[in-house]
Amino acid sequence: MKLTLKVWRQKNNADKGGFVSYPLDGISTDMSFLEMLDVLNEELTEKGEDPVHFDHDCREGICGMCSLYINGKPHGPQQTTTCQLHMRSFKDGDTITIEPWRAAAFPVVKDLVVDRASFDRIIQAGGYVSVNTGGVPDANEIPIPKTIADEAFDAATCIGCGACVAACKNASAMLFTSAKISQLAMLPQGQVERKERAEKMIAQMDAEGFGACTNTGACSAECPKGISLTNIARMNREYFSAVLSSENV
Amino acid sequence: MILDSKLPAGPLAEKWTKHKFTSKLVNPANKRKYTVIVVGTGLAGASAAASLAELGYNVKAFCFQDSPRRAHSIAAQGGINAAKNYQNDGDSVYRLFYDTIKGGDYRAREANVYRLAEVSVNIIDQCVAQGVPFAREYGGLLANRSFGGAQVSRTFYARGQTGQQLLLGAYSALSRQVANGKVKLFPRTEMMDVVTVDGHARGIVTRNLITGAIETHAAHAVLLCTGGYGNVFFLSTNAMGSNVTAAWRAHKKGAHFANPCYTQIHPTCIPVSGDHQSKLTLMSESLRNDGRVWVPKTVEIAEKLRKGEIRPRDIQEEDRDYYLERKYPSFGNLVPRDVASRNAKYVCDEGRGVNETGEAVFLDFRDAINRDSEDTIRARYGNLFDMYQQITGENPYQTPMKIYPAVHYTMGGLWVDYNLMTSVPGLYALGEANFSDHGANRLGASALMQGLADGYFVIPYTLGDYLAGLGTKPVDTNHPEFEKSVQEVKAKISKLLGIKGTKSVDYFHKKLGKIMWNDCGMARTAEGLTRAKGEIKALRAEFWKDVKVLGENEELNQSLEKAHRVADFLELGELMVDDALNRNESCGGHFREEYQTPEGEALRDDENFAYVAAWKYQGDEQEELLEKEPLVFENVKLTQRSYK
Repeated sequence: MKLTLKVWRQKNNADKGGFVSYPLDGISTDMSFLEMLDVLNEELTEKGEDPVHFDHDCREGICGMCSLYINGKPHGPQQTTTCQLHMRSFKDGDTITIEPWRAAAFPVVKDLVVDRASFDRIIQAGGYVSVNTGGVPDANEIPIPKTIADEAFDAATCIGCGACVAACKNASAMLFTSAKISQLAMLPQGQVERKERAEKMIAQMDAEGFGACTNTGACSAECPKGISLTNIARMNREYFSAVLSSENV
Repeated sequence: MILDSKLPAGPLAEKWTKHKFTSKLVNPANKRKYTVIVVGTGLAGASAAASLAELGYNVKAFCFQDSPRRAHSIAAQGGINAAKNYQNDGDSVYRLFYDTIKGGDYRAREANVYRLAEVSVNIIDQCVAQGVPFAREYGGLLANRSFGGAQVSRTFYARGQTGQQLLLGAYSALSRQVANGKVKLFPRTEMMDVVTVDGHARGIVTRNLITGAIETHAAHAVLLCTGGYGNVFFLSTNAMGSNVTAAWRAHKKGAHFANPCYTQIHPTCIPVSGDHQSKLTLMSESLRNDGRVWVPKTVEIAEKLRKGEIRPRDIQEEDRDYYLERKYPSFGNLVPRDVASRNAKYVCDEGRGVNETGEAVFLDFRDAINRDSEDTIRARYGNLFDMYQQITGENPYQTPMKIYPAVHYTMGGLWVDYNLMTSVPGLYALGEANFSDHGANRLGASALMQGLADGYFVIPYTLGDYLAGLGTKPVDTNHPEFEKSVQEVKAKISKLLGIKGTKSVDYFHKKLGKIMWNDCGMARTAEGLTRAKGEIKALRAEFWKDVKVLGENEELNQSLEKAHRVADFLELGELMVDDALNRNESCGGHFREEYQTPEGEALRDDENFAYVAAWKYQGDEQEELLEKEPLVFENVKLTQRSYK
């Protein structure tokens, strides 16, 4: 395949940045999108030009490190992670535009690499059950209905990539935050801190500068793991019942 | 120096309990006077950092990824073993211990493995309490499955994403301690060196991957939880960033490296599709429960298949060779990983491989679909089938999957004693980074178990014993050893950036990978290993003359990051070859063609090789010194593994 890549290049956070076009030839349809970028980087290195920096690690769709806004969609045309996107999804002669996630809470570090530490801080605000190692009951002491466990699992599959934020016109992190709140609100282990968790995580989400939710559903439509919008509805319910009855925050 | 494994005396089942009692304790009020560095935030690192912080220690946690949640433990699919015996099918701590020792081909320490089996039950309790959504039965209790050839169902799982759920559990515990101020996180930070003062580990030197700043951190103890070194093969199921740098630089500071040649090749991975390939993707071993492995009976049929003249479905039953079922009637497709991998190599070497490169075998679900219906198979493996189709563009419900072995895990690693301390006092290694529990071959669903056992339930006890003997004197980075190390790191960076050669880092990494895969992979010979040693030396020399690393240190520079890692792989590779050459026997993941039974199975030599090979660094371009830790078996009888 022959392609033209329009890639966002930005030396660092202070740099203004802009698009640079690169022609690319000899791309196989069996390559993953990131392998195609590897080819580009080998060519740039050969020519003595700085390779395009992008985040990636596991390359099997689970670590959540890869990002990229491809032709106006987070992770590109398929509902999957960029590392699992293959070049057979494109046509010979295509021009592909590649940008970083764009959100105030995800500042650009370099080229296509952004800083997603804000997600970590939302989890640090309450995305856990406060149990220390040791001294916990036997794993089978509290039965959990299979349907509940499965639903909690569905929420827990979030990989924290940030596509939801990138997809949202408000750069809202409601889907990410609600997935963790939902998972723990559904499980018996999460009950003790249920209200406090909802309040604190949402307060942190707002403090990080993420936008509000206007229910367009783009986040869920673009989520590589298909995290459901139901989680946002559940989070709102959790939040309202928490603020009406708790003494926290 | 004689390596002291510090194994406690007494009956096997009482060793750990007794050891915990005799270990010194740190007074609760004194714990806050100690600082502990944890490098790596996977299952071992995150669980250790969280547990130590909960106890009151001050922890500094480092990872090279942008968040601790990205560590490659997240990609583990299948499950985690625990001797809960919830299924009433005859499991016990002793059976898990026995299976692990036998599966490791009798090259692990009895006491370590028994402890692992013993604490396995606590891990499941801990994870459930954190809110890990394990699979459950309709009655609400935890579900189990049989995994990797085990005769009992002891594997706990969360669909095909068990590693993800366990890591997110440990990450949540870690996050809680970050919020409490007991853990300070350093993401996008790479360890460049361990600093020792008077022979004790006293801190590390790091590079901030965003700014390039070289920084120093002092601590009373340093824990390396930095995973395995499978990426020495370039192509593996490891993440792109997985590397040996932290472990290797510790090795060069005096920590022995044990059994480096023990590498696990996983039989069910998606085959290589071309030269562009950057990594290999594992398909969970659970697929072998229902899939049947085969190749055409003859080379002629295989050739037609490769040319696309016939399709797999056109090949009649009598022209198919279900070689695992034929050779191993009682275990069939469920033979251990090393046996399954080696046999795939044999049939492909015979010219019966089924894809364009000739390096693939079929994993066929036709019979399972006919027997149980497509919906049933979809419910069991739907996500794996989708992933396969995503990567290959083929529909595995209609045509058999193609699979081939790939490097997956490394059993070797930094030598540690029973306390998980390396041969450098105050320096510990946990999880895949150490060598301790899997012998020459790891059983399925045991990696997650070991990582979490080390972090949650072993190090919190054993670290206290060392710290209590140390006193509470504060440590700082003013010692000249820190400055010396910083200068060495800076010199290395300048050297890499200053070569300005003609070939990229990946060029060298790919070449090294090919050498390792061809001559130090699934089957090894003295001849091939000797050749590989020469090739690696030459490649390393070429690297330091001709590598091209662009950019500067003072910025995010992914080429420079890779260059450091590949430089270390180029040294490690030679040690792996030395170790494989030294071990004149076959055991587990180490198969020397000269040493096999008449049936072609691994032939151990217990009389001469029942030891841990621990290698001591002697200086750049010097041969390493081999020190042996004898393995003593008091409880199990050494037998030839047989899966016939």
